[in-house]
Amino acid sequence: MEHHDVVVIGGGPAGLTTAWELSKRGMKDVVVLEREAEAGGIPRHCGHKGFAPFKSFGLMTGPNLARHLRGETKALDIRTSTTVLEFTIRDTLRLHSAKGIAEMSAGKIILATGTRESSRAARLIGGNKIAGVMNTGELQQRVYLNGERPFKRPVIIGSEWVSYSTLLTCRHLQVKPVLMLEEESQHAAPSIFRWGARLLGTRPVRYAKLIAIHGSKSVESVEVEMNGKRKHVECDAVVLTGKHRSEDALYSNGYLEREGPAPRVTDKFTTSRPNIFAVGNVLGHLETAGDCMKRARELAAVLTS
Amino acid sequence: MSERFDLCVIGCGVVGLAILRRLAMSGLKCVALEKGADILSGASKGNSALLHTGFDAPPKSLELVCMQAGHAEYLDIRHKLNLPLLETSAIVAAWSDEELAKLDAIEQKALTNGVKDVKRLTQTELRIREPQLAKAALGGLLVPGEHVIDPWSAPLAYAHQALAHGAKIMRNAEVTSAEFKTGVWHLTTAQGPIAARVVINAAGLYGDHVEALAHEASFKIKPRKGQFVVFDKPAAKLLRAILLPVPTERTKGVVLFRTIFGNLAIGPTAEETDERENAKTDTGTLEKLKARAIQMLPALESINVTAIYAGLRPATEQSDYIINALKDENWITVAGIRSTGLTGALGIAQHVTKLYAKHFGKLPKKLPTPIWTSVPNLAEHMIRPYMKGGEILCHCEWVTRGEIEAATQGPLPAGDLGGLKRRTRAMMGRCQGFYCAAHLTKAFEKARHGTS
Repeated sequence: MEHHDVVVIGGGPAGLTTAWELSKRGMKDVVVLEREAEAGGIPRHCGHKGFAPFKSFGLMTGPNLARHLRGETKALDIRTSTTVLEFTIRDTLRLHSAKGIAEMSAGKIILATGTRESSRAARLIGGNKIAGVMNTGELQQRVYLNGERPFKRPVIIGSEWVSYSTLLTCRHLQVKPVLMLEEESQHAAPSIFRWGARLLGTRPVRYAKLIAIHGSKSVESVEVEMNGKRKHVECDAVVLTGKHRSEDALYSNGYLEREGPAPRVTDKFTTSRPNIFAVGNVLGHLETAGDCMKRARELAAVLTS
Repeated sequence: MSERFDLCVIGCGVVGLAILRRLAMSGLKCVALEKGADILSGASKGNSALLHTGFDAPPKSLELVCMQAGHAEYLDIRHKLNLPLLETSAIVAAWSDEELAKLDAIEQKALTNGVKDVKRLTQTELRIREPQLAKAALGGLLVPGEHVIDPWSAPLAYAHQALAHGAKIMRNAEVTSAEFKTGVWHLTTAQGPIAARVVINAAGLYGDHVEALAHEASFKIKPRKGQFVVFDKPAAKLLRAILLPVPTERTKGVVLFRTIFGNLAIGPTAEETDERENAKTDTGTLEKLKARAIQMLPALESINVTAIYAGLRPATEQSDYIINALKDENWITVAGIRSTGLTGALGIAQHVTKLYAKHFGKLPKKLPTPIWTSVPNLAEHMIRPYMKGGEILCHCEWVTRGEIEAATQGPLPAGDLGGLKRRTRAMMGRCQGFYCAAHLTKAFEKARHGTS
């Protein structure tokens, strides 16, 4: 069975930075496993500026950050199109790649599988099951990777940081959202973003709740509740932003102990299993790519001290 | 000049396709017409995917006869069509003394219906079998013959076998008029005219509309909506059997069951509705379903919801299936096939074949040698394509590019995105498209049209 000193699961900002930092600190046998065909993680499809992980670079776009990370780690063993299917009962990894299924063991495993937004189903949003309902993740891949124009009059749900990323995507498409809804009483993003939203011509509506999504083949309207009153708003798409949750497919079966929806870790990034560490957004708090990279450097320091 | 057939089936749901299969295998020249862009776009799109024994069906009903014949034939042919079976058994669980008292009658009915292997479970026996079940469960009735199957691959396999026997399937082919002239039906469809000696109305949710094209409908479809909540994969380990409720006067109640795709689901509700397609879910009902599931299986509390959906059952004002042959009109009506249609379909096809032979002429003496066409496996507990390698495009359900491409090829390629999902499981997992929808839809369009 193939064995490595360190195996990093996930080739986004946290995973790549961990591997890079470990190699800089002298660890030679580090492998990164990435299920997508290209490493870089979520920033790959955040086509707008707003990433500032390095002071000297100023504001970068997501794809530039992803490219930069791939460049820095070019000499490392990064295996794309390689999926970790599960942790086995022997505490090894069951892997899928083009060649088939294989097993890999590791001295230390770094879980850096990141986060995703809650789906419509997870939010139990009723109405018709139709095309045109998507998360920011899907939207940005359609726009920045596929070059699609998925809508003209979207409604955006949420006012977290990522919701403003959606607004920037809309601006890129020269599309003005018909409504931006915030379900909690307080905006989750700092006020500078709210002003940014206004400058982009969209004002978040507070105290509003999405009740249902309607349409026969694709989205035609949403039903929202504002100030206790229900009303229909015509639109052609719904972008469900935020409410991120840890990508938990590998440990949701109880393999790692949890704290809320994320794996429980010590201040040294150790999970309930002493040889498995977790870093980045898999820990459940949505942080910027820069913060994830900072944590990854801290983890590398812990592992090599 | 329209093409001439012995037989035309209207509706490509599970029932229509099972009928098409049996009559095509009997040597008749058959065509099936589907209004939607793909097969299974009506009632057959969303159900609970259970293979029932009929233990609780109305005794002596046609529904019971068809279900039991269907159950037996499914077990008989499934290996040859590569169709899965998750042998779960079912438990009718009692949660109160009142419900416990009703188990006797349910057991008696099962015996009357010829389901002899049912067995009473004490509270202790129930806990040993289902240790994760809430402590409030007092006892139950075990029904070993109830199983979980793949609700989409089964009818797809029936369709493929029918095609192999020379049948034709036309999609986007809504029937807009029907005229019976000199012993032949002339149908106008969105894909042109069709002539057939005999018409079988298996139009499901539109059964009464199709009936009215030919003559006054003797029934009215009263769609009954069922909403479902599907939990993420770790939930499937929490339950072995299908957990059935003790029915009340008012409702049969919701079922907690594993799916063939490795999830756990709860549903259906039973709501009268006017909707005939694309039934709506509603947050309040979904919340109640989720809460009920957690109440029965407390460990579900920490498990995410993967999917929500609503299905429609084509109920009528009558309690039994309506299957009639109109001798002078060369017409067979197959209507009111409610929630048991997936189980009953093969049995209904047997019954319809008998009606055909009785009223509309003998079947060819020499039956064609059966051709067995297998469908790709989607069941979680069996060998799946990713295990042999390939490029995974849907990371939650581990669906490969090869599977997406295969679904766009062959004699019955996916007609739309829904058809692709039903043929591959793609985009049905926990991320619901966050990671994969953009490149999967692109790969699908490319495979369909050769462009991106």
